Amino acid sequence: MRGHAFLVVAVAVVAAGLAVTRVLDNQYYYFAAYVVLQYVVLATAWNILGGYTGYVNFGTPAFFALGAYTAVVLIRWVKAPLGLQLVAGAIIAGLLGLALGYLTLRLRGVFFSIATLALAVVLQTMFINWEYTGGARGTSLVRPATAPLFGSYVQFLFVVMLGLAVLAVATAWWIERSWIGRGLAAIRDNEEAAECMGVPTLKLKLVATTVSGVLMGLAGAPFPYYVTFVEPTSVFDLNYAVNSLAMPMIGGTTTWMGPVIGAVLLGTAQQIATVTISSALNLLLVGLILVAFVILAPEGIVGLVQRLARPRAERTRRSGP
Amino acid sequence: MITLDLFLNAVTAGILLGGFYAAVSLGIAIAFGLLDIVNIAHPVFVMLGSYVAYTMNLRFGLDPILTGLLFTPVFYGLGVLLYRIYYASFERKGAEALRGLVFFFGILFIVEVSLLLAFGVDYRMIEASYVGRSFHIGPVGIAFRLLVPCVVGVALTGALYLFLSRTFYGRAIQAVAQDSFALRLMGANPFKVKDVAFGLAIGTAALAGALLIMIGPVEPAMNREYIGRVFAVAVLGGMGSIGGTLVAALILGVAESLTSTFYGPSWGVAVSFGVLLLALAVRPSGLFGR
Repeated sequence: MRGHAFLVVAVAVVAAGLAVTRVLDNQYYYFAAYVVLQYVVLATAWNILGGYTGYVNFGTPAFFALGAYTAVVLIRWVKAPLGLQLVAGAIIAGLLGLALGYLTLRLRGVFFSIATLALAVVLQTMFINWEYTGGARGTSLVRPATAPLFGSYVQFLFVVMLGLAVLAVATAWWIERSWIGRGLAAIRDNEEAAECMGVPTLKLKLVATTVSGVLMGLAGAPFPYYVTFVEPTSVFDLNYAVNSLAMPMIGGTTTWMGPVIGAVLLGTAQQIATVTISSALNLLLVGLILVAFVILAPEGIVGLVQRLARPRAERTRRSGP
Repeated sequence: MITLDLFLNAVTAGILLGGFYAAVSLGIAIAFGLLDIVNIAHPVFVMLGSYVAYTMNLRFGLDPILTGLLFTPVFYGLGVLLYRIYYASFERKGAEALRGLVFFFGILFIVEVSLLLAFGVDYRMIEASYVGRSFHIGPVGIAFRLLVPCVVGVALTGALYLFLSRTFYGRAIQAVAQDSFALRLMGANPFKVKDVAFGLAIGTAALAGALLIMIGPVEPAMNREYIGRVFAVAVLGGMGSIGGTLVAALILGVAESLTSTFYGPSWGVAVSFGVLLLALAVRPSGLFGR
């Protein structure tokens, strides 16, 4: 997609979201759409590190929870407005991302992935033992009843998350087209070779981990006002790790479109399954779909479509000498 | 207030716990340490072993350790099946590292949610005549629910050590770990050897699971705590060294027990993951690295 076309679509999506809040009144749809959009942000953020750079991160809950808990602290401390919560959550999660980036100096491949999982558990233990945010019992918050210009606060949160989703996708889109994206792809294919060719691998990895962390923190920051009750087991839920990894895997990890397709499909399916079947069963479904895709179609839906759409003649020509 | 009695009790409990941790970690030491298969789903198979022991105990009043031994061949078969899928989908194509990891992550999730659907989130326990008993040596109390898992865990470790160092197949497994290309030059098929080894790795989960439910009540999501523990033990133990695994498990057990006793049980889990992070960052080859 070209630059101005992308911009037009982005603006149109936000405008459409705003228009919907004028028409639709059923609060359930905003609650459900919020979750799907949150997954768009998380999946896109995961993909910047996992898909573009090839570092598989199991620690999504750590970043998400850090964003959420930053917001909780700010609400309890100074009753900070949502804008401040977002900025602070992004900064704190971004710093954790930066630290994770330095970890890649020593740990690669599976060791990195295991370390990210460890990171999430260590952080969870710290929040379980931190009394200020309610410890293991958690803490409840009072959501403002209304937001200026919006009928209800949930509608406002929905529009905020829509804006964040567009921001995340635009970031991924921009990275993909800039020299950063090409550098990250070089790291993914062969880190040593990239380093030898003069690609500043450390700097690029730090960019990837920090941007990924910032976006995950942004996704987590509005969460306290969305659920109005925050406790360690729910924000550090492994489901965030599985979903943010399964969605890009299912959609396709090499383009910005993959995570969006995966998040919208899988996220919507889960919302429907939660209502119509049961929440445990829909998680089972996610696991099965993830395993099926990783075995049968590792390039995801985008890759499948590209492979099928490419004319046969071109395929044979490419495979020739 | 730190008293000597409390300290001695904590260390004893830690050593007993360590023997059990060795049993849980053996599967990872083989799969991850020797075969380079990142089976992040191993703890969930241990969980499965616990629930098998629970079901057999509830239905037929069967002893958990007996159940563990009886079901080891079943788990072995499960492991072989899993390895064949893994081999055909990833290892043969040379795409095993990261996609294989995601595959096992998915398996973890599927087994965990299946257990959740079958047994619910309630904690489940087991009944056996000796589980509740204990005795004292001086000021130190020793509970059977810790002693039995430790003894069985150490015995399992010893048996596996003998198998790997004395038998033909055991040596073949070590050969695969050292140089699978050279093994192929000798006319042996690494796939067949790994088949047996991975089956064995999952096989240990049946007994380890029975020990787990003996130590305390279990619930499906508990496997996540053990991911940190088993990988900490495997990395610290030097990736595939069976003796190293036992030593690392004992160290971790004592460290966790001391932390739980003096800082509160909620910090216990953080110790293993902290040790793991530290080990990965400072010395990835472990204490007894190859």
